[in-house]
Amino acid sequence: MFIDVFINHILSSPKTTIGGVKMSDQIVAKIKANPKYQHLKSTRTGLGMLLSILMLIVYYGFIALVAFNKDFLGTPIGAGVTSIGIPMALGVILFTIAVTAIYVRRANSEFDKLTAEILEEAK
Amino acid sequence: MISRLLARISPSLAFLSPAVLAAGPDLGVVEKQAVNQTAIILFVAFVAITLWITKWAASRTKSASDFYTAGGGITGFQNGLAIAGDYMSAASFLGITAAVMTGGFDGLLYSIGFLVGWPVITFLLAERLRNLGKFTFADVAGYRFKPGPIRAFAATGTLVTVLFYLTAQMVGAGSLIKLLFGLDYWMAVAIVGGLMMIYVLFGGMTATTWVQIIKACMLLSGVTFMAFMVMSHYGFSFEALFAAGVQVKTQLATAAGKTPEEATKAGLAIMKPGGFVKDPISAISFGMALMFGTAGLPHILMRFFTVPDAKEARKSVLWATTWIGYFYILIFIIGFGAITMVLSDPTMLDAKGALKGGPNMAAVLVAKSVGGDVFFGFISAVAFATILAVVAGLTLSGASAVSHDLYATLMKGNKADSASELRVSRIATAVLGLIAVLLGIVFEKQNVAFLVSLAFAVAASANFPVLLLSVLWKDCTTKGAVAGGFVGLVTSVGLTIISPAVWEAVLMNPKGSAPFPYTSPALFSISAAFLVIYIVSKLDNSQQAASERDAFEAQQIRAETGFGAEGASGH
Repeated sequence: MFIDVFINHILSSPKTTIGGVKMSDQIVAKIKANPKYQHLKSTRTGLGMLLSILMLIVYYGFIALVAFNKDFLGTPIGAGVTSIGIPMALGVILFTIAVTAIYVRRANSEFDKLTAEILEEAK
Repeated sequence: MISRLLARISPSLAFLSPAVLAAGPDLGVVEKQAVNQTAIILFVAFVAITLWITKWAASRTKSASDFYTAGGGITGFQNGLAIAGDYMSAASFLGITAAVMTGGFDGLLYSIGFLVGWPVITFLLAERLRNLGKFTFADVAGYRFKPGPIRAFAATGTLVTVLFYLTAQMVGAGSLIKLLFGLDYWMAVAIVGGLMMIYVLFGGMTATTWVQIIKACMLLSGVTFMAFMVMSHYGFSFEALFAAGVQVKTQLATAAGKTPEEATKAGLAIMKPGGFVKDPISAISFGMALMFGTAGLPHILMRFFTVPDAKEARKSVLWATTWIGYFYILIFIIGFGAITMVLSDPTMLDAKGALKGGPNMAAVLVAKSVGGDVFFGFISAVAFATILAVVAGLTLSGASAVSHDLYATLMKGNKADSASELRVSRIATAVLGLIAVLLGIVFEKQNVAFLVSLAFAVAASANFPVLLLSVLWKDCTTKGAVAGGFVGLVTSVGLTIISPAVWEAVLMNPKGSAPFPYTSPALFSISAAFLVIYIVSKLDNSQQAASERDAFEAQQIRAETGFGAEGASGH
């Protein structure tokens, strides 16, 4: 029975409501026209893209070394047994935390301030 | 007492370690074992505290919002710990320690794979999830889409992911607890299922969050102590620790009849990548499953709705990444501790020189080695608590898919009142809990190693592409998202079935006969999902599609600025 209701519901396609769009068009238009919003969008997207690409390069670069040059990663650093791969792997872990920290710090200060200004000006 | 306990060997435990997929030890004679009293006392204490918290949480869980998101009143720091608690499963703790003990450097590759998904979540999803969503990730993916199809898809994606993950956890729980506590398998599964239902049914997200936080603190302090003791043993010198590890591995290879030259090579092998990467395609594919799967796990995504705003959402992901990264570094140290202190200790090995109880016992045996029987009991209790916390989070996210996406939004057209939605989510919790216990019992003797990677593959191939394109790509439409999402789901499950992990290890076909030769389907199934979403959306010229594209602007403004976002309900 549950399945019936469920399928009927999908098939009968109830009148579509564009989910949750409650804000007035006026405010949307104001925000959209605000150069600060465009600036926020492009700066934040730019930073996110840049850091994402860096993360991908670092991670897949490391995986490529693992796949194609195992011996390089196994080279001892000094006289001992510790190989160059160990600090590199730990470096990837620390890099992951660092890029996250860079983004969050900037977003929580600069971007949030900008957002607050945009919302204030749209009132 | 402990060695007698460990003498009982469980094959299904092998699932916990990705490195030892098919290498389950033989099933030993199942005999009555003495119970591990320290572990049981500590675990009972944990249960008592969490039940007390559940009672307190129950008094605060009055609306659907309280149940799903703890009223949105969790701080970023608390949520970060809870996310870490959700993510640091028994599979990570026991499995990766075992992988480091077995392969040294290779174990690090798992850790890194599990970690690199977090920045992706931070940059692309965390704040958008918080700004657009309410209770489930379908709220975000379906913001401007037709509710029927997108909710049906999201609920399917959620339930499939949750059930795979849940089954793996339950089977692991049964085997592990049988081994550590000397309880019967079915009893262990029933205890985990029963306690988890109590937390979620009565305490909802508030209780689940605090169970996660307590467990994360116990686990993090436990591993900190273990890593500290291991390092202090070697004068806090990594070189000394690694040198001792290489020496033990060399000795083991010599004892196994290798020539001195071969033995030296085998010893040094733990300092470089070995068998982890069979071919580059598998390496990339597996990396993608871990990286993007994290960003598609429903119980993780759901945690972003428990904080009041985007700022706290970002803070929580930073805390989570930090704790998880810290945890994985310590696990690497503990894995080397397992080589130097456990593999070299004949009292912890069986006649063949393998670990008593299987490789997954590595972490708990290090605990015994550095902290004696009491600390061994503590770490056993932590492992139990870990599983309990993870299944609670999974069940809650599955239940919310049923009650919020299917019942309230789809069947009631968003007109369900909070009380009836809450009632349905509790029924769903009870049903899911029972299903989890049943699946745990049914799959007791099965090799379920593939289930965790399958859950990640489905999350990466179905949930993630739909979520990402719905928030970032203007031209994405309902038809495109639903078609692509289902293609990702079917491809990832289908390719996994015909891959060696299932085709050969579970279905018992001859070695090398799997039609799909790679470790993970993610590279293919993620690409297929994105491609289908792109093509179908581009070809969609319907009226509906046009209005969905028009609605993107408003969605984007809310996603970027938080204007109109759901606030904390407060108390």
